[in-house]
Amino acid sequence: MAKKVAFLQGNEAAAQGALYAGCTFFGGYPITPSTEVAEVLSNELPKIGGKFIQMEDEIGAMASVIGASLTGAKVLTATSGPGLSLKQELIGYACIAETPCVIVNVMRGGPSTGMPTGPSQSDVMSAKWGTHGDHPAICLVPASVQELFEETVRAFNLAEKYRTPVMVMPDEIVAHMRERIVFPEPGELEVINRTAPSVPPEQYKPYDTSFGDVPPLAAFGTNYRFHVTGLNKGQDGFPTTKAAWVQAEEERQVRKVEANVDDIVQFEEYLLDDAEVAIVAFGSTSRSARFAVNEARKEGIKAGLFRIKTFWPFPEKQINALAGKVKAIITPEMNLGMCTGVVKGCIDGKAPVHGIFRVDGEPINPGQILEKIKEVK
Amino acid sequence: MAFDYDKYIRPGKLPHIWCPGCGHGIVMKGLIRAIDTLGLDKNNTAIVSGIGCASRLPGYLDCCTLHTAHGRAAAFATGVKMAKPEMNVILCGGDGDGTAIGGNHFIHACRRNIDMTYIIMNNNIYGMTGGQFSPCTPTGAKASTTPYGNPDPSFDVAQLAIGAGATFVARGTAYHATQIDKLIVEAIQHKGFSVVEILDDCPTTYGRRNKFKSVIEMMNRLKDVAVPVKAAEKMTAEQLQGKIITGVLHKVEKPEYTTEYAKVIERAQK
Repeated sequence: MAKKVAFLQGNEAAAQGALYAGCTFFGGYPITPSTEVAEVLSNELPKIGGKFIQMEDEIGAMASVIGASLTGAKVLTATSGPGLSLKQELIGYACIAETPCVIVNVMRGGPSTGMPTGPSQSDVMSAKWGTHGDHPAICLVPASVQELFEETVRAFNLAEKYRTPVMVMPDEIVAHMRERIVFPEPGELEVINRTAPSVPPEQYKPYDTSFGDVPPLAAFGTNYRFHVTGLNKGQDGFPTTKAAWVQAEEERQVRKVEANVDDIVQFEEYLLDDAEVAIVAFGSTSRSARFAVNEARKEGIKAGLFRIKTFWPFPEKQINALAGKVKAIITPEMNLGMCTGVVKGCIDGKAPVHGIFRVDGEPINPGQILEKIKEVK
Repeated sequence: MAFDYDKYIRPGKLPHIWCPGCGHGIVMKGLIRAIDTLGLDKNNTAIVSGIGCASRLPGYLDCCTLHTAHGRAAAFATGVKMAKPEMNVILCGGDGDGTAIGGNHFIHACRRNIDMTYIIMNNNIYGMTGGQFSPCTPTGAKASTTPYGNPDPSFDVAQLAIGAGATFVARGTAYHATQIDKLIVEAIQHKGFSVVEILDDCPTTYGRRNKFKSVIEMMNRLKDVAVPVKAAEKMTAEQLQGKIITGVLHKVEKPEYTTEYAKVIERAQK
């Protein structure tokens, strides 16, 4: 049977990806340029008996998805820069309470209201450092409509597998462009569900590390009664200020992601085997970079592309190795050097890093990148 | 036979954090009696709170308990109730948590008329942080951040809830302990968003600054200012000056949110 094909907008694909992953609850608040995610799910979720709620504000939207997640539902919210700033309070709550949830954040210009309809890639540091305190961060940065679908499915998988919030961050171009998408058949993409407790209710502890760094999470409204708090907690879920516990729990919450980078981090290498100049790019900018690499190759310049698919955890190991093989790295991005700084931080000075930064609401075009390739080759 | 509170208290979680003379424990006992009267299944009952002294209540109760972030109880609870409408969802917290930082979530939960019960323990102060004025601190009162007297007008929590669309609103006091469970029972039985404001006392951070000589004096104030709804109907405006009306203040039937959303699902599936 022929596969289902459609001409879809990025945000619509994110919503469809969520449904494929088994999302049954969306809590949101309208914000450009992510609103279509909410619109599609307001239409689709009730058809499958799922729930859509438009909350009173961004914080309320984040709160509603965490509450719903604790009943066992797979949950999603969607937002953009200013909304992400507001949601950070409760993203931290989801981190410490270890409640799976997915946040689609469409990157627009900032700070503040910035440029609501202009593309940007300037929320990538917010994805890691936006909420206060030490915490894990997973952030996926898809580059096409197809990939936005697939990475939304993967985001749900990672959220459920690691009991943590996961962000999907398309830039506004990826979120708003329309492309051909081939829908995966049911079962074609892996769908991971939450691990249910294997012990009877009277023995259950919501943060029982005898089950490893990711303890099983029970659901409210079953026979399992437990306590959830945003305070530092012990294995039983109740607040504690015992120094050893707090230290151990904080470290575990970060470790459960950091120790599994090979499972989480995905990237694409394009023409890098013999490359002398490597572009490190993500999102729509990586599409301009690929075009520039092809043009450079036509002119005999050995250029290649390292495309970041998972921004957090950052592909440090791979980029460090890459830096040892090339003469120069170019980092085009729609911000003033966020990815560039991270790249510099993980390559031990092995190669010079040349940034191309644009924050005027215009995409970085292939010509700009090609020019830089010729300059540094 | 004395009422067995232990059936609902989590083993090993007492003593509670509340100061001697604080009314929050009286409210918790009232809530426990209400849960018992209604025979609510602990497995199917979520108790959700924000941040503050009163918001520590859920941790003591052997139910599905969710101690959220400051002011956010109503929004978290809305997620729980929407995702699992068959659950009993009870919120609790203080006046600062509920009407200042959580004011937006509070009024919108009222507006939606979602079937949950919100118990607001109003002690007119931010107790946990040491006695700063709240939206419910009386004008002129002393708080750690109003050393010259409070210039702010204060909220009437019950009127705020009625104005925002809550379909059941009641008020009691920590002094009138035996009335608390009756009000909560009626609130939980009501289909829609119900608010029970309990006038409470904070001897530690409010009483001392405002010349209350003892807890007894604070409790007596609650006794003296409270006028039951029925009695108030027969009183003149002049007689009601300085009094606070207690009992069921507002009860109307309106479409309930999760029931209405079930209809959305029906329409979508046609």
